[in-house]
Amino acid sequence: MRTLTFSDIEFLVFAVRWTLLLSALAFAGGGIIGLIIALMRTARSLLPRYLAIAYIRVFQGTPLLLQLFLVFFGGDLIGLSLGPWLSAMLGLSLNAGAFLGEIWRGAIQGVSRGQREAARSLGLGYGPTMLFIVLPQALRLAVAPTVGFMVNLVKSTALASILGFVELVRAGQLLNNATFRPFLIFSTVAVIYFVICWPLTMASRRLEARLAQAYRR
Amino acid sequence: MNYIFQFGEILKPVNFDELLWGMLSTLRLSAESMVLSLAFAIVGAMLRTSGPKWAQALIGAYVEIIRNTPFLVQIFMIFFGLPTIGLRLDANGAALVAMVLNGSAYTIEIVRAGIESISAGQMDAAKAIGLRPLQSFRLVVLPQALKVMLAPLGSQFILLMLNSSIVSVVSADELMAAAQDVQSRTFRPFETYIIVFVIYFVVSMLFQAAFALIDRWAFAKAEQR
Repeated sequence: MRTLTFSDIEFLVFAVRWTLLLSALAFAGGGIIGLIIALMRTARSLLPRYLAIAYIRVFQGTPLLLQLFLVFFGGDLIGLSLGPWLSAMLGLSLNAGAFLGEIWRGAIQGVSRGQREAARSLGLGYGPTMLFIVLPQALRLAVAPTVGFMVNLVKSTALASILGFVELVRAGQLLNNATFRPFLIFSTVAVIYFVICWPLTMASRRLEARLAQAYRR
Repeated sequence: MNYIFQFGEILKPVNFDELLWGMLSTLRLSAESMVLSLAFAIVGAMLRTSGPKWAQALIGAYVEIIRNTPFLVQIFMIFFGLPTIGLRLDANGAALVAMVLNGSAYTIEIVRAGIESISAGQMDAAKAIGLRPLQSFRLVVLPQALKVMLAPLGSQFILLMLNSSIVSVVSADELMAAAQDVQSRTFRPFETYIIVFVIYFVVSMLFQAAFALIDRWAFAKAEQR
Protein backbone atom coordinates (compact mmCIF):
# COMPACT_ATOMS: atom_id res chain seq x y z
CA MET A 1 0.00 0.00 0.00
CA ARG A 2 1.18 3.51 -0.77
CA THR A 3 -0.24 6.95 -0.29
CA LEU A 4 -2.35 8.78 -2.79
CA THR A 5 -0.45 11.48 -4.61
CA PHE A 6 -1.42 14.23 -6.97
CA SER A 7 -0.17 12.28 -9.96
CA ASP A 8 -2.68 9.55 -9.06
CA ILE A 9 -5.56 11.96 -9.39
CA GLU A 10 -3.99 13.05 -12.65
CA PHE A 11 -3.95 9.40 -13.78
CA LEU A 12 -7.66 9.26 -13.04
CA VAL A 13 -8.42 12.42 -14.94
CA PHE A 14 -6.43 11.21 -17.92
CA ALA A 15 -8.34 7.93 -17.96
CA VAL A 16 -11.38 10.05 -18.84
CA ARG A 17 -10.21 10.28 -22.42
CA TRP A 18 -10.78 6.53 -22.81
CA THR A 19 -14.27 6.88 -21.42
CA LEU A 20 -14.93 9.75 -23.81
CA LEU A 21 -13.38 7.99 -26.79
CA LEU A 22 -15.32 4.81 -26.09
CA SER A 23 -18.54 6.82 -25.74
CA ALA A 24 -17.90 8.66 -28.99
CA LEU A 25 -17.07 5.54 -30.97
CA ALA A 26 -20.00 3.60 -29.51
CA PHE A 27 -22.24 6.53 -30.39
CA ALA A 28 -20.95 6.57 -33.96
CA GLY A 29 -21.35 2.80 -34.32
CA GLY A 30 -24.69 2.84 -32.56
CA GLY A 31 -25.76 5.71 -34.79
CA ILE A 32 -25.11 3.74 -37.96
CA ILE A 33 -26.89 0.66 -36.63
CA GLY A 34 -29.64 2.80 -35.16
CA LEU A 35 -30.33 4.52 -38.47
CA ILE A 36 -30.59 1.19 -40.25
CA ILE A 37 -32.88 -0.18 -37.52
CA ALA A 38 -35.05 2.95 -37.59
CA LEU A 39 -35.43 2.77 -41.38
CA MET A 40 -36.22 -0.95 -41.22
CA ARG A 41 -38.68 -0.34 -38.40
CA THR A 42 -40.57 2.24 -40.48
CA ALA A 43 -40.35 0.29 -43.74
CA ARG A 44 -43.52 -0.65 -45.54
CA SER A 45 -42.83 -4.36 -45.96
CA LEU A 46 -43.22 -6.70 -43.04
CA LEU A 47 -39.93 -8.59 -43.02
CA PRO A 48 -37.55 -5.70 -42.26
CA ARG A 49 -40.05 -4.34 -39.77
CA TYR A 50 -40.22 -7.59 -37.82
CA LEU A 51 -36.46 -8.03 -37.94
CA ALA A 52 -36.00 -4.56 -36.50
CA ILE A 53 -38.58 -5.22 -33.78
CA ALA A 54 -36.83 -8.46 -32.87
CA TYR A 55 -33.47 -6.71 -32.73
CA ILE A 56 -34.79 -4.00 -30.45
CA ARG A 57 -36.58 -6.50 -28.20
CA VAL A 58 -33.50 -8.67 -27.79
CA PHE A 59 -31.14 -5.83 -26.96
CA GLN A 60 -33.58 -4.03 -24.69
CA GLY A 61 -34.67 -7.25 -23.00
CA THR A 62 -31.29 -8.50 -21.81
CA PRO A 63 -28.62 -6.96 -19.59
CA LEU A 64 -25.94 -4.91 -21.34
CA LEU A 65 -23.27 -6.59 -19.22
CA LEU A 66 -24.29 -9.95 -20.64
CA GLN A 67 -24.25 -8.59 -24.18
CA LEU A 68 -20.70 -7.38 -23.62
CA PHE A 69 -19.67 -10.80 -22.28
CA LEU A 70 -21.21 -12.54 -25.28
CA VAL A 71 -19.34 -10.32 -27.72
CA PHE A 72 -16.14 -10.81 -25.71
CA PHE A 73 -16.36 -14.61 -25.63
CA GLY A 74 -18.12 -14.87 -28.98
CA GLY A 75 -15.16 -13.26 -30.70
CA ASP A 76 -12.86 -16.00 -29.42
CA LEU A 77 -15.32 -18.53 -30.71
CA ILE A 78 -15.00 -17.52 -34.34
CA GLY A 79 -11.26 -17.20 -33.98
CA LEU A 80 -11.20 -13.45 -33.56
CA SER A 81 -9.59 -12.38 -30.33
CA LEU A 82 -11.37 -9.07 -29.94
CA GLY A 83 -9.92 -8.09 -26.59
CA PRO A 84 -11.61 -5.77 -24.11
CA TRP A 85 -11.37 -2.58 -26.17
CA LEU A 86 -12.94 -3.88 -29.37
CA SER A 87 -15.52 -6.03 -27.57
CA ALA A 88 -16.64 -3.08 -25.49
CA MET A 89 -16.91 -0.87 -28.54
CA LEU A 90 -18.77 -3.46 -30.57
CA GLY A 91 -21.08 -4.49 -27.70
CA LEU A 92 -21.94 -0.91 -26.79
CA SER A 93 -22.57 -0.05 -30.45
CA LEU A 94 -24.92 -2.99 -30.91
CA ASN A 95 -26.78 -2.01 -27.76
CA ALA A 96 -26.90 1.70 -28.58
CA GLY A 97 -28.19 0.78 -32.05
CA ALA A 98 -31.32 -0.73 -30.51
CA PHE A 99 -32.04 2.28 -28.32
CA LEU A 100 -31.22 4.88 -30.98
CA GLY A 101 -33.23 2.88 -33.52
CA GLU A 102 -36.27 3.06 -31.26
CA ILE A 103 -35.79 6.79 -30.57
CA TRP A 104 -35.32 7.63 -34.23
CA ARG A 105 -38.25 5.48 -35.31
CA GLY A 106 -40.40 7.73 -33.13
CA ALA A 107 -38.88 10.79 -34.76
CA ILE A 108 -39.45 9.45 -38.28
CA GLN A 109 -43.03 8.60 -37.47
CA GLY A 110 -43.44 12.06 -35.95
CA VAL A 111 -42.97 13.63 -39.37
CA SER A 112 -46.42 13.89 -40.84
CA ARG A 113 -47.34 11.30 -43.43
CA GLY A 114 -48.32 14.01 -45.91
CA GLN A 115 -44.70 15.04 -46.25
CA ARG A 116 -43.74 11.61 -47.47
CA GLU A 117 -46.75 11.37 -49.77
CA ALA A 118 -46.04 14.80 -51.24
CA ALA A 119 -42.44 13.82 -51.93
CA ARG A 120 -43.56 10.62 -53.60
CA SER A 121 -46.04 12.43 -55.74
CA LEU A 122 -43.28 14.77 -56.88
CA GLY A 123 -41.61 11.67 -58.22
CA LEU A 124 -38.91 11.27 -55.58
CA GLY A 125 -37.87 7.70 -54.85
CA TYR A 126 -37.49 6.16 -51.39
CA GLY A 127 -33.86 7.26 -50.97
CA PRO A 128 -34.28 10.94 -51.84
CA THR A 129 -37.59 11.13 -49.97
CA MET A 130 -35.93 9.91 -46.79
CA LEU A 131 -32.70 11.82 -47.26
CA PHE A 132 -34.11 15.22 -48.28
CA ILE A 133 -37.61 15.30 -46.85
CA VAL A 134 -38.19 12.99 -43.90
CA LEU A 135 -34.86 12.71 -42.11
CA PRO A 136 -34.12 16.47 -41.93
CA GLN A 137 -37.49 17.03 -40.30
CA ALA A 138 -37.12 13.99 -38.06
CA LEU A 139 -33.75 15.32 -36.91
CA ARG A 140 -35.44 18.19 -35.12
CA LEU A 141 -37.61 15.80 -33.14
CA ALA A 142 -34.75 13.42 -32.47
CA VAL A 143 -32.16 15.79 -31.02
CA ALA A 144 -33.47 16.07 -27.44
CA PRO A 145 -34.00 12.35 -26.75
CA THR A 146 -30.74 11.50 -28.53
CA VAL A 147 -28.78 13.83 -26.28
CA GLY A 148 -30.62 12.28 -23.33
CA PHE A 149 -29.55 8.85 -24.50
CA MET A 150 -25.92 9.98 -24.69
CA VAL A 151 -26.00 10.31 -20.90
CA ASN A 152 -26.95 6.65 -20.69
CA LEU A 153 -24.25 5.69 -23.13
CA VAL A 154 -21.52 7.51 -21.19
CA LYS A 155 -22.67 5.76 -18.03
CA SER A 156 -22.79 2.41 -19.85
CA THR A 157 -19.14 2.65 -20.82
CA ALA A 158 -18.38 2.02 -17.14
CA LEU A 159 -19.25 -1.63 -17.77
CA ALA A 160 -16.26 -1.93 -20.11
CA SER A 161 -14.19 -1.94 -16.91
CA ILE A 162 -15.61 -5.37 -16.09
CA LEU A 163 -14.13 -6.69 -19.34
CA GLY A 164 -10.81 -5.26 -18.16
CA PHE A 165 -10.66 -2.20 -20.38
CA VAL A 166 -8.90 0.61 -18.54
CA GLU A 167 -11.30 3.51 -18.67
CA LEU A 168 -12.35 5.73 -15.79
CA VAL A 169 -13.81 3.10 -13.46
CA ARG A 170 -11.05 0.55 -14.08
CA ALA A 171 -8.45 3.25 -13.51
CA GLY A 172 -10.19 3.98 -10.21
CA GLN A 173 -10.11 0.29 -9.29
CA LEU A 174 -6.40 0.02 -10.12
CA LEU A 175 -5.66 3.08 -8.07
CA ASN A 176 -7.75 1.73 -5.22
CA ASN A 177 -5.85 -1.55 -5.26
CA ALA A 178 -2.61 0.34 -4.81
CA THR A 179 -3.66 2.96 -2.30
CA PHE A 180 -6.83 1.63 -0.71
CA ARG A 181 -8.71 4.89 -0.48
CA PRO A 182 -12.00 3.68 -2.01
CA PHE A 183 -14.23 6.44 -0.71
CA LEU A 184 -12.07 9.24 -2.04
CA ILE A 185 -11.27 7.52 -5.33
CA PHE A 186 -14.75 6.38 -6.26
CA SER A 187 -16.31 9.67 -5.28
CA THR A 188 -13.78 11.42 -7.54
CA VAL A 189 -14.77 9.00 -10.31
CA ALA A 190 -18.44 9.75 -9.65
CA VAL A 191 -17.79 13.49 -9.76
CA ILE A 192 -16.00 13.14 -13.11
CA TYR A 193 -18.95 11.22 -14.57
CA PHE A 194 -21.31 13.82 -13.19
CA VAL A 195 -19.33 16.62 -14.81
CA ILE A 196 -19.62 14.83 -18.17
CA CYS A 197 -23.25 13.76 -17.89
CA TRP A 198 -24.97 16.63 -16.17
CA PRO A 199 -24.46 19.21 -18.94
CA LEU A 200 -25.84 16.66 -21.40
CA THR A 201 -28.89 16.10 -19.19
CA MET A 202 -29.46 19.84 -18.94
CA ALA A 203 -29.02 20.31 -22.67
CA SER A 204 -31.48 17.54 -23.39
CA ARG A 205 -34.02 19.06 -21.02
CA ARG A 206 -33.62 22.52 -22.54
CA LEU A 207 -33.97 21.17 -26.10
CA GLU A 208 -37.06 19.29 -25.06
CA ALA A 209 -38.63 22.38 -23.52
CA ARG A 210 -37.85 24.38 -26.63
CA LEU A 211 -39.42 21.76 -28.86
CA ALA A 212 -42.52 21.60 -26.69
CA GLN A 213 -42.82 25.35 -26.94
CA ALA A 214 -42.50 25.27 -30.71
CA TYR A 215 -45.37 22.81 -30.83
CA ARG A 216 -47.58 24.82 -28.55
CA ARG A 217 -47.56 27.73 -30.96
CA MET B 1 -15.28 -21.90 -37.39
CA ASN B 2 -14.52 -25.26 -35.85
CA TYR B 3 -15.96 -24.79 -32.43
CA ILE B 4 -18.18 -27.51 -31.03
CA PHE B 5 -21.00 -26.20 -28.90
CA GLN B 6 -21.54 -28.16 -25.72
CA PHE B 7 -24.68 -27.07 -24.03
CA GLY B 8 -25.14 -30.48 -22.37
CA GLU B 9 -22.78 -29.73 -19.52
CA ILE B 10 -24.63 -26.55 -18.57
CA LEU B 11 -28.06 -28.14 -18.85
CA LYS B 12 -27.07 -30.79 -16.32
CA PRO B 13 -29.14 -30.36 -13.16
CA VAL B 14 -26.22 -29.35 -10.96
CA ASN B 15 -25.42 -26.39 -13.19
CA PHE B 16 -28.83 -25.52 -14.56
CA ASP B 17 -30.37 -25.52 -11.10
CA GLU B 18 -27.81 -23.02 -9.98
CA LEU B 19 -28.83 -20.77 -12.86
CA LEU B 20 -32.50 -21.12 -11.98
CA TRP B 21 -31.70 -20.28 -8.37
CA GLY B 22 -29.78 -17.30 -9.65
CA MET B 23 -32.84 -16.16 -11.58
CA LEU B 24 -35.01 -16.50 -8.49
CA SER B 25 -32.51 -14.44 -6.50
CA THR B 26 -32.50 -11.84 -9.26
CA LEU B 27 -36.28 -11.67 -9.16
CA ARG B 28 -36.33 -11.41 -5.38
CA LEU B 29 -33.69 -8.69 -5.37
CA SER B 30 -35.52 -6.77 -8.11
CA ALA B 31 -38.90 -7.11 -6.44
CA GLU B 32 -37.54 -6.01 -3.07
CA SER B 33 -35.80 -3.02 -4.54
CA MET B 34 -38.83 -2.10 -6.64
CA VAL B 35 -41.15 -2.13 -3.64
CA LEU B 36 -38.73 -0.17 -1.46
CA SER B 37 -37.96 2.29 -4.29
CA LEU B 38 -41.63 2.88 -4.86
CA ALA B 39 -42.25 3.50 -1.16
CA PHE B 40 -39.35 5.97 -0.98
CA ALA B 41 -40.35 7.51 -4.29
CA ILE B 42 -43.89 8.29 -3.17
CA VAL B 43 -42.58 10.14 -0.12
CA GLY B 44 -39.79 11.67 -2.19
CA ALA B 45 -42.08 12.86 -4.96
CA MET B 46 -44.50 14.32 -2.42
CA LEU B 47 -41.68 16.30 -0.83
CA ARG B 48 -40.30 17.22 -4.24
CA THR B 49 -43.61 18.68 -5.41
CA SER B 50 -45.07 20.16 -2.22
CA GLY B 51 -42.50 19.90 0.56
CA PRO B 52 -40.45 22.70 2.10
CA LYS B 53 -37.95 24.47 -0.17
CA TRP B 54 -34.88 22.80 1.34
CA ALA B 55 -36.42 19.33 0.95
CA GLN B 56 -37.27 20.06 -2.69
CA ALA B 57 -33.70 21.13 -3.36
CA LEU B 58 -32.25 18.14 -1.50
CA ILE B 59 -34.34 15.60 -3.38
CA GLY B 60 -33.67 17.37 -6.67
CA ALA B 61 -29.93 17.13 -6.03
CA TYR B 62 -30.20 13.46 -5.05
CA VAL B 63 -32.08 12.61 -8.24
CA GLU B 64 -29.58 14.46 -10.42
CA ILE B 65 -26.54 12.90 -8.75
CA ILE B 66 -27.86 9.36 -9.04
CA ARG B 67 -29.08 9.76 -12.60
CA ASN B 68 -25.86 11.27 -13.86
CA THR B 69 -23.41 8.71 -12.46
CA PRO B 70 -23.03 5.04 -13.44
CA PHE B 71 -24.68 2.38 -11.29
CA LEU B 72 -21.37 0.51 -11.21
CA VAL B 73 -19.68 3.44 -9.47
CA GLN B 74 -22.57 3.71 -7.03
CA ILE B 75 -22.23 0.09 -6.00
CA PHE B 76 -18.46 0.48 -5.60
CA MET B 77 -19.07 3.49 -3.37
CA ILE B 78 -21.44 1.49 -1.21
CA PHE B 79 -19.54 -1.77 -1.09
CA PHE B 80 -15.95 -0.49 -0.93
CA GLY B 81 -16.36 3.16 0.06
CA LEU B 82 -18.78 3.02 2.98
CA PRO B 83 -16.74 0.54 5.09
CA THR B 84 -13.91 3.07 5.27
CA ILE B 85 -16.25 5.46 7.06
CA GLY B 86 -17.46 2.67 9.31
CA LEU B 87 -20.53 1.32 7.52
CA ARG B 88 -19.94 -2.27 6.53
CA LEU B 89 -22.50 -4.15 4.44
CA ASP B 90 -22.23 -7.67 3.05
CA ALA B 91 -22.49 -8.18 -0.70
CA ASN B 92 -26.24 -8.81 -0.73
CA GLY B 93 -26.94 -5.91 1.60
CA ALA B 94 -24.81 -3.57 -0.47
CA ALA B 95 -26.54 -4.76 -3.64
CA LEU B 96 -29.98 -4.09 -2.20
CA VAL B 97 -29.00 -0.66 -0.86
CA ALA B 98 -27.43 0.30 -4.18
CA MET B 99 -30.44 -0.83 -6.16
CA VAL B 100 -32.91 0.97 -3.90
CA LEU B 101 -30.79 4.12 -3.93
CA ASN B 102 -30.55 4.00 -7.71
CA GLY B 103 -34.11 2.87 -8.35
CA SER B 104 -35.62 5.52 -6.08
CA ALA B 105 -34.10 8.35 -8.10
CA TYR B 106 -35.72 7.10 -11.30
CA THR B 107 -38.98 6.18 -9.59
CA ILE B 108 -39.26 9.62 -7.96
CA GLU B 109 -39.34 11.15 -11.43
CA ILE B 110 -42.02 8.70 -12.58
CA VAL B 111 -44.19 9.33 -9.52
CA ARG B 112 -43.66 13.07 -9.81
CA ALA B 113 -44.77 13.05 -13.44
CA GLY B 114 -47.80 11.02 -12.35
CA ILE B 115 -48.72 13.48 -9.59
CA GLU B 116 -48.20 16.48 -11.83
CA SER B 117 -50.48 14.98 -14.47
CA ILE B 118 -53.41 15.26 -12.05
CA SER B 119 -55.03 18.65 -12.35
CA ALA B 120 -54.75 21.04 -9.42
CA GLY B 121 -58.54 21.21 -9.33
CA GLN B 122 -58.58 17.72 -7.80
CA MET B 123 -56.57 18.92 -4.82
CA ASP B 124 -58.83 21.97 -4.47
CA ALA B 125 -61.95 19.83 -4.64
CA ALA B 126 -60.58 17.45 -2.00
CA LYS B 127 -59.82 20.41 0.23
CA ALA B 128 -63.30 21.78 -0.36
CA ILE B 129 -64.94 18.62 0.91
CA GLY B 130 -62.83 18.87 4.04
CA LEU B 131 -59.98 16.41 3.47
CA ARG B 132 -56.65 17.19 5.07
CA PRO B 133 -53.68 17.59 2.66
CA LEU B 134 -52.28 14.11 3.33
CA GLN B 135 -55.72 12.56 3.03
CA SER B 136 -56.43 14.25 -0.27
CA PHE B 137 -53.05 13.12 -1.54
CA ARG B 138 -53.63 9.53 -0.46
CA LEU B 139 -57.30 9.25 -1.39
CA VAL B 140 -57.66 11.52 -4.41
CA VAL B 141 -54.38 12.25 -6.18
CA LEU B 142 -52.44 9.02 -5.69
CA PRO B 143 -55.06 6.56 -7.01
CA GLN B 144 -55.47 8.61 -10.17
CA ALA B 145 -51.75 9.14 -10.60
CA LEU B 146 -51.21 5.39 -10.23
CA LYS B 147 -52.99 4.80 -13.52
CA VAL B 148 -50.64 7.16 -15.34
CA MET B 149 -47.63 5.64 -13.59
CA LEU B 150 -48.42 2.01 -14.28
CA ALA B 151 -46.74 1.67 -17.68
CA PRO B 152 -43.52 3.55 -16.82
CA LEU B 153 -43.28 1.67 -13.52
CA GLY B 154 -43.49 -1.59 -15.45
CA SER B 155 -40.60 -0.61 -17.72
CA GLN B 156 -38.74 0.63 -14.67
CA PHE B 157 -39.06 -2.80 -13.07
CA ILE B 158 -37.65 -4.52 -16.15
CA LEU B 159 -34.78 -2.02 -16.32
CA LEU B 160 -34.11 -2.61 -12.64
CA MET B 161 -34.02 -6.35 -13.18
CA LEU B 162 -31.61 -6.07 -16.11
CA ASN B 163 -29.46 -3.61 -14.18
CA SER B 164 -29.29 -5.97 -11.22
CA SER B 165 -26.85 -8.06 -13.26
CA ILE B 166 -24.25 -5.41 -12.42
CA VAL B 167 -24.28 -6.27 -8.70
CA SER B 168 -22.50 -9.49 -9.68
CA VAL B 169 -19.28 -7.43 -9.51
CA VAL B 170 -19.47 -7.58 -5.73
CA SER B 171 -20.64 -11.21 -6.04
CA ALA B 172 -24.08 -10.70 -4.57
CA ASP B 173 -26.44 -13.63 -5.18
CA GLU B 174 -28.15 -13.27 -8.52
CA LEU B 175 -28.24 -14.77 -12.01
CA MET B 176 -25.14 -13.12 -13.45
CA ALA B 177 -23.02 -14.22 -10.49
CA ALA B 178 -24.45 -17.73 -10.82
CA ALA B 179 -23.49 -17.65 -14.49
CA GLN B 180 -19.93 -16.70 -13.64
CA ASP B 181 -19.81 -19.52 -11.12
CA VAL B 182 -21.11 -22.05 -13.66
CA GLN B 183 -18.79 -20.90 -16.43
CA SER B 184 -15.73 -21.12 -14.20
CA ARG B 185 -16.71 -24.68 -13.27
CA THR B 186 -17.54 -25.90 -16.78
CA PHE B 187 -15.02 -23.81 -18.75
CA ARG B 188 -17.85 -23.08 -21.20
CA PRO B 189 -18.35 -19.32 -20.94
CA PHE B 190 -20.07 -18.81 -24.26
CA GLU B 191 -22.63 -21.58 -23.80
CA THR B 192 -23.32 -20.48 -20.23
CA TYR B 193 -23.88 -16.88 -21.20
CA ILE B 194 -26.07 -17.85 -24.15
CA ILE B 195 -28.36 -19.82 -21.85
CA VAL B 196 -28.42 -17.00 -19.31
CA PHE B 197 -29.15 -14.56 -22.14
CA VAL B 198 -32.18 -16.65 -23.09
CA ILE B 199 -33.33 -16.82 -19.47
CA TYR B 200 -33.14 -13.04 -19.04
CA PHE B 201 -34.87 -12.47 -22.35
CA VAL B 202 -37.75 -14.85 -21.63
CA VAL B 203 -38.29 -13.40 -18.17
CA SER B 204 -38.28 -9.80 -19.36
CA MET B 205 -40.68 -10.64 -22.21
CA LEU B 206 -42.99 -12.36 -19.74
CA PHE B 207 -42.97 -9.33 -17.48
CA GLN B 208 -43.56 -7.03 -20.42
CA ALA B 209 -46.58 -9.09 -21.46
CA ALA B 210 -47.85 -9.19 -17.88
CA PHE B 211 -47.54 -5.43 -17.47
CA ALA B 212 -49.30 -4.87 -20.79
CA LEU B 213 -52.19 -7.02 -19.57
CA ILE B 214 -52.38 -5.22 -16.21
CA ASP B 215 -52.28 -1.93 -18.06
CA ARG B 216 -55.10 -2.91 -20.37
CA TRP B 217 -57.14 -4.22 -17.45
CA ALA B 218 -56.60 -1.05 -15.43
CA PHE B 219 -57.57 1.19 -18.32
CA ALA B 220 -60.65 -0.89 -19.11
CA LYS B 221 -61.71 -0.44 -15.47
CA ALA B 222 -61.04 3.27 -15.70
CA GLU B 223 -63.18 3.66 -18.78
CA GLN B 224 -66.13 1.86 -17.25
CA ARG B 225 -66.43 4.52 -14.58
